[in-house]
Amino acid sequence: MALMLVKFDLKKRVKLAQTVWFMYWFAVMAGVLVFSMGLFFKIELRKRSELMDNNESHFLPNLLILMGLIACGINAFGGKVCYDSLDPVKFAKWKPMLKNFLVFCVGFNALLFVTALLCFLMRIPLQFTLAEGLRNGMRFYKDTDTPGRCYMKRTLDQMQMDFRCCGNDNYRDWFEIQWVSNRYLDFSAKEVKDRIGSNVDGQYLMDGVPFSCCNPSSPRPCIQIQMTNNTAHYSYDHYTEELNVWSRGCSEALLSYYGGMLNTIGALVLLVTLLEIGVTIGLQYVDSSLSTLANPDDPESESEGWILEKTVKETFTDIMAKMKAMGKGSKVEEGGEAVATVS
Amino acid sequence: MAVGKLTFTKAEREKLAEVLWMLNWISVVTGAILLSLGVFLKVEIQKWQEVMSEHGIHYVPNTLITTGLAACCINFLGGKICLDCTDTNKFLRWKLVMMPYVICTFFFTSCVLMGALMCYIIRSQLEESLLLGLRNAMRYYKDTDTPGRCYLKKTLDLLQIQFQCCGNSGYRDWFQVQWISNRYLDMTSSLVVDRLRSNVEGRYLMDGVPFSCCSTLSPRPCIQYHISNTSAHFNYDQQSQQLNLWRRGCRQALMDHYTGIMQSIGLTVLLIWLFELLVLTGVRYLQTAMENVIRLGDPDSESDGWILENSLAETARSNFNIIKNLGKCYQVDDDDPNINVPTATTEQEVPSRQVQIPVTS
Repeated sequence: MALMLVKFDLKKRVKLAQTVWFMYWFAVMAGVLVFSMGLFFKIELRKRSELMDNNESHFLPNLLILMGLIACGINAFGGKVCYDSLDPVKFAKWKPMLKNFLVFCVGFNALLFVTALLCFLMRIPLQFTLAEGLRNGMRFYKDTDTPGRCYMKRTLDQMQMDFRCCGNDNYRDWFEIQWVSNRYLDFSAKEVKDRIGSNVDGQYLMDGVPFSCCNPSSPRPCIQIQMTNNTAHYSYDHYTEELNVWSRGCSEALLSYYGGMLNTIGALVLLVTLLEIGVTIGLQYVDSSLSTLANPDDPESESEGWILEKTVKETFTDIMAKMKAMGKGSKVEEGGEAVATVS
Repeated sequence: MAVGKLTFTKAEREKLAEVLWMLNWISVVTGAILLSLGVFLKVEIQKWQEVMSEHGIHYVPNTLITTGLAACCINFLGGKICLDCTDTNKFLRWKLVMMPYVICTFFFTSCVLMGALMCYIIRSQLEESLLLGLRNAMRYYKDTDTPGRCYLKKTLDLLQIQFQCCGNSGYRDWFQVQWISNRYLDMTSSLVVDRLRSNVEGRYLMDGVPFSCCSTLSPRPCIQYHISNTSAHFNYDQQSQQLNLWRRGCRQALMDHYTGIMQSIGLTVLLIWLFELLVLTGVRYLQTAMENVIRLGDPDSESDGWILENSLAETARSNFNIIKNLGKCYQVDDDDPNINVPTATTEQEVPSRQVQIPVTS
């Protein structure tokens, strides 16, 4: 008993071929969409690769680009086959390779589904990469004279202003590193010597943040230095002051930005997978309906179309048997009967 | 002697009508482009409305929007008329409407030209508006507790960050306004009291700027306070001073931004105007050719088409006389022999203007 058997006459076959051809053109555009999404994500990662220590994995965008290209290719081919299926002469030349093509399509659809899942899962490694990258970035903030790191200050300042965030988890991260270069510290001053002497590594630590942490929505001019000292500023309580600097951490801000992008891409790839499954089933119907013509010489005769020739269970056992036979055939054989029974 | 006289055969007339039908449809698209340009400019001006002193500059995008809508409607009608002109019988339906349509299109085309020119001449008014607007914004920067002004601080900070500029003409403008509110000044401190006493109006002035003036390109952490005092900061050399804050004034930055936008829009509108002028000329030729065919009586014959029936001077004089006589309709008729002279010439003109008088009265 075939799976999802449908009877076809000539009119129905023509309609089916036209619909599937139309769907294939949509699928080509969907392939282009997947390709461009991969490209877009790659560019976004590249833009901020400095903040990720140039360590980020480009596996997912590369995979999306590859899948997009393959999708375009096989969908264009499938569309051509559907177009030719209306003419028995032209269809005859595609007939032999159609079965293998359909198996390849099924494999491709499975891979596309795996890609969609990967999009949703990529958030996790990205989180670690961002945390590590930002921590290092902040450490190199002051090194504007070191080649290879001289633009880190500009990148971090621009990022903190664009994403409205401060520090790694919050603004206190800036209290733990020295972000003022030694070139601009007067080592003869007592205050500087005290601060440097106050910690083990000899770093100039202070309870201040760079200007890019300042929040423009604050009603008072930005307080960047001596932030924990309430007496240093008039009418200031650092426990209740919320709008002074950005309260969100940059690692959270960047993660939500990239996470949103990944979620959108993953959802779109899932939709493309559904479309691909649809066109594969359509092509299977076209193929099966054209190979079961009641009268092979009369194009107007009736035929049947299905998804699978036998039931799912029978098809599965058939495939297992074939694979076992192929496995036996590759071993050294004493007699040719085993191979003969399979073929 | 007619201006721009051309002879059209029947086939040429039909071809002209077809071409004009297509051009009218393209004009509908250009009208939509004009509309979208107007909307875009309006949105851009709206974004920084708060730092502009008056709302007068809105008439430029409003003109573009109304002209764009008018373009879509007029050219849609024109397309319909031109399609009907291929057949002489259908043209009779539009006979009376054609002349007013041509006059309307002429006025509308000059509106498009005006819109294009406005984009270029608005510059000086914009500069004036920005100068006053920015000055007021800086003065009210500290008033984050006054209703109506509480978001000026945020707007000005975001402006300076986005356009990478500081102050009106430069960062020194901030030295002349009090940008720290009295709420955050300790009036008991002698330092504050000295500063307040040091000027006539009792304002807290200092050589410092808000954080949004800080340049991201500077190699050292931003120096916002005691900017003029070189000894207040360690290793404060010339290069540090140059790169520390944004050097450009916000007025200049906004002028450059808007001038760039309006020059591109002006150029596009000029090109659209040239296209509309071409369509108008074609429609005029078609109108006169079709009218002459009807006058001759034979729909298959050749006919003349022109832009103006008589020379420019004669047309101007006759139109002027018509307008004068319209005014005279309401006056008491005197037996002044001088008045008869112009009426004699209008009587001569009447036969050739027969098609038009029912329209103008």
